[in-house]
Parts: sequence; structure tokens; C-alpha cells
Amino acid sequence: MELFDYTLHHLHQLLKNRQLSSRELTSALLGRIEAVEPQINAFITRTVDQALQDADQADQRIASGDCQPLTGIPVALKDIFMTKGVRTTCASRILDNFIAPYDATAWSRMKEQGAVLLGKLNQDEFAMGSSCENSAFGPTRNPWNTACIPGGSSGGSAAAIAARQAIATLGTDTGGSIRQPASHCGCVGLKPTYGRVSRYGVIAYASSLDQVGPMTRDVTDCALLLQVIAGYDPKDSTSVDTAVPDYSTALTGDVKGMKIGLPKEYFIDGLDPAVQQAMDQAIARFRDLGAELVPVSLPHTGYAVACYYLIATAEASSNLARYDGIRFGHRTQNPSGLMELMMQSRAEGFGAEVKRRIMLGTYALSSGYYDAYYLKAQKVRSLIQQDFSAAFKQVDLLLTPTAPTPAFRIGEKTSDPLQMYLSDIFTIPVNLAGICAISLPAGISGDGLPVGLQLVGRPFGEETILQAAYAFEQSTEWHHKKAAL
Amino acid sequence: MNYQPVIGLEVHVQLTTKSKIFCGCSTRFGAEPNLHTCPVCLALPGALPVLNRQVAEYAIMAGLATNCSIAHHSIFARKNYFYPDLPKGYQISQFEQPICEKGWLDIDGDWGSKRIGITRIHMEEDAGKLVHGMNGGSGVDLNRAGTPLLEVVSEPDLRSADEAVAYLKKLYQIVTYLGVCDGNMEEGSFRCDANVSVMPMGSSVLGTRAEVKNVNSFKFVKQAIDFEISRQIELIEDGGKVVQETRLFDPNKGVTRSMRGKEEAHDYRYFPDPDLVPLVINSEWVERIEKELPELPEQKRQRFITHYALPEYDADVLTASRLLAAYFEETAAFAHNPKAAANWVMGEVTRALNDSGRDIDHCPVAPKALGELIRLIDNGTISGTIAKKVFDHIWNNGGEPAAIVQQQGLAQVSDTSAIDAVIDQVLAAAPDQVAEYRSGKEKVFGFFVGQVMKAMKGKGNPALVNDLLKRKLS
Repeated sequence: MELFDYTLHHLHQLLKNRQLSSRELTSALLGRIEAVEPQINAFITRTVDQALQDADQADQRIASGDCQPLTGIPVALKDIFMTKGVRTTCASRILDNFIAPYDATAWSRMKEQGAVLLGKLNQDEFAMGSSCENSAFGPTRNPWNTACIPGGSSGGSAAAIAARQAIATLGTDTGGSIRQPASHCGCVGLKPTYGRVSRYGVIAYASSLDQVGPMTRDVTDCALLLQVIAGYDPKDSTSVDTAVPDYSTALTGDVKGMKIGLPKEYFIDGLDPAVQQAMDQAIARFRDLGAELVPVSLPHTGYAVACYYLIATAEASSNLARYDGIRFGHRTQNPSGLMELMMQSRAEGFGAEVKRRIMLGTYALSSGYYDAYYLKAQKVRSLIQQDFSAAFKQVDLLLTPTAPTPAFRIGEKTSDPLQMYLSDIFTIPVNLAGICAISLPAGISGDGLPVGLQLVGRPFGEETILQAAYAFEQSTEWHHKKAAL
Repeated sequence: MNYQPVIGLEVHVQLTTKSKIFCGCSTRFGAEPNLHTCPVCLALPGALPVLNRQVAEYAIMAGLATNCSIAHHSIFARKNYFYPDLPKGYQISQFEQPICEKGWLDIDGDWGSKRIGITRIHMEEDAGKLVHGMNGGSGVDLNRAGTPLLEVVSEPDLRSADEAVAYLKKLYQIVTYLGVCDGNMEEGSFRCDANVSVMPMGSSVLGTRAEVKNVNSFKFVKQAIDFEISRQIELIEDGGKVVQETRLFDPNKGVTRSMRGKEEAHDYRYFPDPDLVPLVINSEWVERIEKELPELPEQKRQRFITHYALPEYDADVLTASRLLAAYFEETAAFAHNPKAAANWVMGEVTRALNDSGRDIDHCPVAPKALGELIRLIDNGTISGTIAKKVFDHIWNNGGEPAAIVQQQGLAQVSDTSAIDAVIDQVLAAAPDQVAEYRSGKEKVFGFFVGQVMKAMKGKGNPALVNDLLKRKLS
């Protein structure tokens, strides 16, 4: 095992016991990035010099006796997080040379602990996509098979974990953007309950759906990183002021008597055989562990994708209005006037998928269409929320596939947006309901691609899904499988 | 044909909070461009708004003072449009479920007393400002971006420019009394858009309206509305049609001009702002604010009439502004003579303020000094004429009234033998006038008074001078 193969919690022990310096560890990761990055393209920006300086500082801090869980740990962030003094592009030409003047709250909490930033990770532009192909900086490749996509939009965050280019990363999840790439890259990704982690300093895609979450090698690391970033932030009005429990206490390995719902709408005909097989095995495993598996129904599931593409795009059309070439970001050369300055800067700065969603959202909010689209979608969203509330009266959590298929090939779905949108069919309802879910490794397909399992919890039920995920993980070997790179 | 104008007003009231509505930046006017900005009001990527609680508090105060009902659940909305002074590409405002609804104000005038409905009051943020002619281009100053505003929307209940002005003045008086607005119209702290239409007298079908923007003084409101009414009537009389449009008032020429037509009107694509949670206002909050509400103009006016026994006219004038009313009350307290205090405040004080272009809060004569001055008149130490001299002295040089009277020997003479002596001299020097008076020409009496006072340098006790003169001449 190389240093970059270790888990966060293991490395923390080594650092704490002075068996390893952050300098050594960081150098190992930088070397690994250097070696595999040409094949993966997980990073948009690398912060090599800063990382080494931060590592030295972390070593001093540890020497003084202060070693927090993240002190000296090399991490990387999706390029959607504002990082003071570091280029932050959101994978868009429009922010190509934008240097963030402040830190996102989630990152500043990690920074306070002494985490070492290796760089900023690739993604779909403005988090709009399911394959990491919609990036102004080229697609990221799946470390398990570089002809395949890593999933998206947090594709760089998942690929960097799978390629062992970072110990832990942060992603954001609006319709599955943490869980689907985690599933495709064989890592753990958790989308917390809406309001659990501050969105301050996270470039907005769809404000009522966006949520920050950890992406890690195993469930223990996931709980650990969530512990650091979770909690109320007065700078985000939608963050919730409730106490953050100690997530590590949930990692008991015991699921006896736990009631796990199996929503019939998620086990559809035509599910990829590898995914079907992984689900069958996972269900059997949980049964063996003493959990009770209960069939449930979420009747409005079929409307979720349509509902999502109205609400998310409506919010996006407004959220992305600030990129007008006036105050920062890309500005067109020699505009003939004010309107052209704004229109042309946007025309040049945004990619095709972003423009498609801005147009969709603008349409949905337009006078005369608002009631039929946006308002109707909000009503459907309430019904989807009610589906989950009803299910959670019967069960403690839900088990579903994370994605209908393993990773598809680069270019396979780029010409058919609708097919692409359907790859988030099992993750989107969770965002609409504002609840939490985790994806963790649960199988390998015949083609050698990872398959993920999704566990869905109640609002602020992160402990429950972590408990179940940990029990499953510890009774299987999937989290030890590595991409042969 | 006779036409009935129909007018509704949308008033923007800039609030006096120290910080902006959604961030902690200062709202101070006149700073170096873009000094009072942060990631939130610059609309940097990832920045999020957090509501300033004081803004909601001021909105509730304004709502209660204008008889509105306060919404227990109120939401913010995004108004989407592109303009360089609007950093987010949308303005955070309220659309559905504003904080205050269904209020009213009574306005008095030639029309008697009339109740004007208030449709709603909502909170919103101001935009920044474009600065033209910088290095051959234009600049954006975002100091003002995020300054809190209340928009007060009236029902179309106003029927003339005079009614509109009366309504505006009333609203102005209320928000400045509450202290939620500094009332500085030149800096745009209180500005108004007018929706104007005309319909044939007796009709119940409203005409097409034009919205007149940018009317920043009571005078301009009157001018703009009067112009707009005549323009629309002439247009209809000439066989034309009023079109729905936005017009801009030009204060230099006193006319309104088309700014944009209906087809160029924005589709603002309002929707609830997902970055802000609904504002929940419980009854305790509203009750607390209601209890702490300062006395409003109408209540103060009534109290001045009953408590100080002032005529309605005096009460109206003195309650026009909270500061003037406070000045009067303090003066009256020192003077122990409310009516005299009222006369002085409405007379000498107002005249001197107007002459020097000062506001009441910069009046060089403090209420205590004026009150003491009035007492000196009332206890016979000085005459009213002398008092005016003392007032002018204090205005220019400061000082205590009693001390000035003593230093300058201004106390009036009430010693009858001294006055008698002067009278004897005056009568001896004017035998012709004495003869005239005695033959029945009583008008000459004023001449004697004048001569006596002149000889006594104005210090003779006027009542005594009169008495003694009459006695001598009879």
C-alpha cells in the first residue's frame, strides 16, 4: 500500500502519532496527481506550492500537540467552492480567471482544522450534468476505465478519490451530483439533508436543491468529514440551527431490527443486470445482518425528473444572471453597447448545456407559463415529499440503486440530453424532498465498473444511513477494491 | 366632456437602518464609490443574503402607522431583469405575501376628509448607481446596492394632483415621525412613481394608465400629475388613445416623456427567492412594536388641541414635523404659556429659520432660552418689542435672556413717577397735538405713546404708559 491509498481516519492516526508528516503525505499525493492526471484530468487547478506550505504549517501544529481530524490531510474541492486566493471557475469559461476573494463556509471549517488543499476539481459546468463532460476544461475520465465517464456533476471529486489523487474531497449534490459519481467511481458520497451544511460560498446552481457533501474512501471517513462541515451558518439563511450529533457513534456495525424500505418504483424492469445483482446481494446482506426489509411505495417517483428540470432550471436561470461581464469574469472584446456587452459576454462564456438550462428555466418562469410549469412543479415536489414522509412512517431508511447503470462511455449520451437526464432518476427525488442519502460501493460489473447502493434517510437522519452503510461496508469487501491505475 | 382623473401612487421609502437589507455593509450616503460593498451586495458567486431584522421591524412600524394588517407569514421574491447597476441580475423584493396589506390614510383638504386605501407595503433592496463620463466610459457604484426600501402602494383612490400631494405629505410625515426614513428627498430617500389615467366623468371603467417615474418632490408630483392629466385629456379629445407605457418626468421642462411602451415592458419572472426562508412574524413581536410606536402626527395634533388648548391651525402647523413639535413642547414647558410659545415658534422662530435657511434641529435659540424669554414678557420684565431684540441677540450671539436684559438695561420701567416725568415733557413739547386730542381727535393718542416710548428707549411698561397718558390728558 502506498501512502495515497490510505483512508483519512488511518492517516489521522499516523499523523497524530508522528509516524508520518503531512509534508511526506502531501508530497506523495502531489506525486500521484502528477503521475495519473494525464489519464484522469480530475483537476482544473492544482495548488502545489500552497499545499506544501500548508503541509509544513500542519506539521508545526501537530508538533505543538494540536492534531484535529483534518490537520495535515491532503484534500481537494470541487471547483464550485469559493477558495480565497485560488482560481475558482465552476468549470466555466465565464469564470476562467476568477480568483475567489473569500472562502466558502464548508471549506473554511476544513481549513481551520488544518486541511491541506491540493487543488480544485473538475465538474460539469455550473454543476449541470451527469457525466463531467460539460466542462470548459475537458472531460474527467473514470479511473476504473478511462473510456468511461466518472459521473457528474462532481466527477472530478469522485475520480480523484478513485484514482487516489486526494484523501477526501467535497462535492455538491443538486440532483445526484455527489451520489451518482460516487457510485460510478466506487467511493462513498453523502448528500446531507437540505440545511445541514452551509451553502455560503458555494456557487449556486439551484438554491433550493443544492447541498454540500463529503466524498471519501469509506463510511468512517465520510462520517468524519461530515462532522467537520455540518452545522448552522448565520451566513446561510437556509442552514438549519439544530445540533450536529456525533456521527462516529453511529458507526456500530449493528443494524438488527432496523427497518429498511424497498421502494417498488426503484426496482424497475430494465435495470442494468449488474445493478440488479448488486441490489439483490445487498438486500440479502442486510437480511443476514438482522435488518427487516419492507416493500414500500413512492407513487410520485415517475414525475420527479420532469419536476426537477423545471425547478432546478428556473432557479438556475436567475442564479446565473449575475454573470454579465460587468463586475468579474469573462467580458467580450469591443462590445458596441451595454446590451451587447452583457449578451455577448454570456454567449461566449457559457457552454451549451448551461444555455439550454437557462432557456428552459426562463421559459418555465415566464408570464403565462409560470402556473403551468413552475407552480405545477412545486406542487408535484410537495407530493414527492409526502411520499417520503409516508414511507418513513413505516421504515427507518430506504434502499435503492444509486444509478440505473454503471458508468457509461464518454460521448455515449452527449447527443441525447433526455437520456443523460435519466441517469439521475433514483437520486433526484431525494433532493426534491430535501432529505439525506448516501451512496456506497456494492458491487463490480462484468466490465469491471463499480456499482453503488443508495441508502435514503429521514430529514436529519444522517446517523441512521451512516449506521446502515457502515454495517454493510464492514460486512463486505467492496470498499477495498481499487481501480487498477 | 368632463374627465375624472384616477391616480395611484407607488412610494419608495428609504429606511434609516445602519446596515443594508441583506448584508452588514453600511448604508451611509456619499462615500467613495464601492467602499460599502462585500461579496453579498457585489453579488459575487456563492454569496447569500441574510435579512436585516431591523428592516422587518421598520416595515411593521410603517404598516401599523398606516392601518395595515401585518402578515404573519411573508416571503421574498426575485424580480429578474438585467441592468449593470443590478449586480445579481435580480432584485430581491416581495411579490406574493408582502409584509403589510390593506391599510389606509385619511387626507384632509377642500374635498373634506377622504380615506385613501393602501394596497400593500413591501420590503426590497435598492440597486446601485451608474456613474457616467469616467475615462470615456461609465462606471458602476454599488454603495447603494442593498439599501433597504419600503414600497408603499396606494389604491387608485386619488382623484387630483392636490389629493395626491396631500396623501404623499401625510405618508412623508408618518415615516419621518416614525424615524424609519430621514425624509431627505434630494438624496432620494422618499420618491414616488404615479399611475395616472382619466375616464369620462361618471364612468366606472378605468382608462388606460401611464406610469410616471422619477418624481422627487411634492412640487414635481403636482406638476407631473397635472401635466399628465392634461396630456391624456387632450389626446382623447383629439381622437387619440392613451397607451399603457412608462413615462419619465422632466423637472426642468415640467413635462413627461415616454420611456418605454407596453411591448418593451419587462417580464420580471417573479418567483419566491429560494435563498431566503419565509419571514414569520408572531403576534408578540407586532404587539411589542405597537407598544413602542412613537406618537403619530394625528395623535399629536389632537393632544396639542386638548392639552395645550391650541387652535386647530396652530396644532396643524406645529405637528408638521416631529422636530418642530418637540421644539414647541419644550419651549412651552419652559414658558408655562403654550399659546405664547406657539406664536413665537410659528412667528419669530420660523421666520428666522427661513431667512437663514436652517432646519429646526439647527435653531441657534434653544427652547429653554425661548421659554425664559416668554416668561420675561409675561412677568412684565420686558415688552414684546424688546423681547424680539433679545431673541435676535441670542440668535446671533447666544446667551441667557435674563442676563442679556440685565446687561443691556432692557428691563422695562414700571416706576410711575419716572413715566409721569417723561409724559409731562412730551405733552409740554406738543401743545398743538394736546389741543387736537382734547377737541376730540383721539387718533393723536398713538402719537403720544410713540413719543413717550421713544423717549424711554422702548423700556416703558406699555400698559402703564397708556394708563398714565390717559389720566393726564383727561
